[in-house]
Amino acid sequence: MATVGQACLILALLTCVYGIVASLYGARAGRRDWVDSGRRAVYALAFLAIVSFAILVSAFLRSDFHYEVVATHSSTTTPAFYRAAAAWSSQEGSLLLWVLLLSLWSSVVLFLVRRHLRDVAPYATAVLLGFGAFFTGLLVFAATPFKTMAVAPPEGTGLDPLLRHPSMMIHPPMLYSGYTLWAIPFAFAVGALIVRRVDADWIRATRRFALAAWCFLGIGILLGARWSYAELGWGGYWAWDPVENASLLPWLTGTAFIHSVMVQEKRGMLKVWNVSLVLATGTLAVLGTFLVRSGILDSIHAFGASTLGAPFVILIGLMIAGGIYLVVSRRALLASEHKLDSLLSREAAFLGNNLVLVGLAFVVFWGTFFPLISEAVTGTKAAVGPPWFNRYTVPLALVLVLLSGIGPVIAWRRATWANARRNLLAPTAAALAVLAALLAFGVTKSATSLAMFVFAAFTVAVVVQEFARGVAARRAMAREGPLRALVSLVQRNRRRYGGYTVHLGMAVLFVGVAASTAFQHARDVRLTPGTTATVGGYQVKYVRATARPVYRGERLERVALGAVLDVRKDGRHVTTLRTERGYYPSAAPFASGSLIRGIFDGDATSEVGMKAGLTRDLWTAIQPDPEYLNKVIDATAAKTAGKPPAQQAQAVGRLLSVYRQGAFPAQFRIISSPLVSWIWLGGIIVFAGGLIALWPAPDAARRRVTAGYAARVARELGRA
Amino acid sequence: MDPSRKRRIRLVVALSAAVILAGALAYTSFSASSAAVSPSRLLASADTGHSYQLTGKVVDGSISRHGDATLFRVRDRNGSASVPVRYVGAVPDPFRDGREVIVTVRKRGATFVGEKDSLVTKCPSKFTDKPTSKT
Repeated sequence: MATVGQACLILALLTCVYGIVASLYGARAGRRDWVDSGRRAVYALAFLAIVSFAILVSAFLRSDFHYEVVATHSSTTTPAFYRAAAAWSSQEGSLLLWVLLLSLWSSVVLFLVRRHLRDVAPYATAVLLGFGAFFTGLLVFAATPFKTMAVAPPEGTGLDPLLRHPSMMIHPPMLYSGYTLWAIPFAFAVGALIVRRVDADWIRATRRFALAAWCFLGIGILLGARWSYAELGWGGYWAWDPVENASLLPWLTGTAFIHSVMVQEKRGMLKVWNVSLVLATGTLAVLGTFLVRSGILDSIHAFGASTLGAPFVILIGLMIAGGIYLVVSRRALLASEHKLDSLLSREAAFLGNNLVLVGLAFVVFWGTFFPLISEAVTGTKAAVGPPWFNRYTVPLALVLVLLSGIGPVIAWRRATWANARRNLLAPTAAALAVLAALLAFGVTKSATSLAMFVFAAFTVAVVVQEFARGVAARRAMAREGPLRALVSLVQRNRRRYGGYTVHLGMAVLFVGVAASTAFQHARDVRLTPGTTATVGGYQVKYVRATARPVYRGERLERVALGAVLDVRKDGRHVTTLRTERGYYPSAAPFASGSLIRGIFDGDATSEVGMKAGLTRDLWTAIQPDPEYLNKVIDATAAKTAGKPPAQQAQAVGRLLSVYRQGAFPAQFRIISSPLVSWIWLGGIIVFAGGLIALWPAPDAARRRVTAGYAARVARELGRA
Repeated sequence: MDPSRKRRIRLVVALSAAVILAGALAYTSFSASSAAVSPSRLLASADTGHSYQLTGKVVDGSISRHGDATLFRVRDRNGSASVPVRYVGAVPDPFRDGREVIVTVRKRGATFVGEKDSLVTKCPSKFTDKPTSKT
């Protein structure tokens, strides 16, 4: 099957090359048949990518260790769900997933626009297939997932235990969907610039794809944050790591684009800005894909496959140079149809929002690439840490939240003060009421957090006000009940109310970030069974040690050493937390002659103990003290080395019993953090808002059906 | 005021603000940054109290605990020169002998003291070329 997979990849590369030639020739020569053939090449690419991907996933599910990539990223003790998902934990599999998603999304968009944008679409097809050719080229020549070994090892190295978390498995497809979906507006923008058709048609045709890209990328980022919080033993969700930043960059510029295209659609303004934003976003999406493979920046991830760096640099260079050439050479066509009439207008608010978002993107870009900038300027590689990022991003985020409240309710062109007062008075009063309440309760520890709560309250009040006004109007017009009026209001204005819901979700999310950052209590403490530590007013008692083997079928998956903690506040029981540290045996646990060494020298991960609530999370992770633990391990290993496996397994059992009964000290990180759940809740609201905005309105669907029917009737009449 | 003149003034003000902000950003990034150094460079020249971003590999068998602190040595990626590090706080899950780490340190006497929560251990599997002989 590996040969079939490899053949599919080679065919896919040839298909891409053919599709590019056919699309360009068809567009230049005015040959529809060639253009259609180019489009069908994208469908063929999707089919070949599906077959290749299915072969790879099947190899992972079967634990076929003849495949080098399976042997190095999976094992028989890896649970089936994670075995399937392990396909994209590898360099090769993740590139194949990129091609698969790119080809699927490209097929959908090209199918939908097959009868529109006939001049732009062939060039967009060529660009999309250009991306396809690049990634399939990498898969064929540099990182093939179908490399096999003549003799399969008896066991694989296994999926890194840190990645065995549901959100980490969904995170890459979401992130890659975001990246690949951004290729679509990028491709259509390039097509529109090439044929000099720079009206809003290409924006309308790809608007949903841009929204979907934004939505998927955002969810991907949030899932990564959730994984970091729930799986890694440090208790944080964002560390300004280059890999995190790489995904944030296109999301920020993409958010700016989604807002500024409304100005172009409505008023014919910001054309240069919009094409520049979408070209930048597409390029940053590829940069994000490159950054996690390049090894050019120090990150939590070790990236060894630097052989892919050169092709990526060439691609990114081409995208930047081509983008600049197209924008500069078409600048006369991209002139705004109107000027900004007033700073008190929705256009100005959107422009302000765009400047803040691009400013944020610039800060993140500068901080991420600072080691390279510093090396180029001073000859020494230097890096900036989270405090530097926070210094700039916090005030910008405050302005952004405030603008997300002002923007939706201010009038287009020129708002009057009376209009502004009417729309902003109640939300301002609500925000001031929240400020007064917070001050009364003594929430004055952090000025920036206080400002964030007040601005978020303002934004929430704006959204509630807009929904209330819409429902009231609907009830007056259609005499509907409140719930029915709300549903039909949203159904009839999905884009608008989806947008409001997104703003509501972002406000909730930012409140969670501000509260959990400023009001968190965290302690690293060393406890033995029976001792207590106090964290943020909670008394945390280490009740007893736990130790157990965890089997997957008949094979030992891990040995877990943990603790049961009793949490009390003012003497009252709050919750019981259970945390463990899992020790995963290496692929050949007897290789050193000692099973116990094979277990404890393998990978180890924290199983976080958490009591999550709407108002507060209690979080803990354990690290058994290595000094004491190692003495017992060394002693047991020395006694049992070279003994039969059964005796060694019994020794492991005895060690676990000793650990359970002994008073071994352990290091705990204990965190009491308010409103963390609001981050995930806000993310869900944002996602729901994105889906509402994405979903086709029933009227639009009906219009399309009617238009399609009218076109068919016209064709029939023409033939008659 | 003439609308085109008004627009020009707005543009100049906006561009000036952008240049000032970008200048502040660049200045603060250079002043707030920590130089990324290898253990051998740190051994050759390290100023007491100055912050460095130390990168290298954990020396096999060097990890020990003293109370709340974890003591270990970091060596050059491709060499044997190493420096002692004292780190207080929870260490990341993948932290162990031979792993690649990044930690912000300051020199205190003969030891380098790690800044709290600055220890990063590289995730060993993702997108790396793993030798199949390990299996």
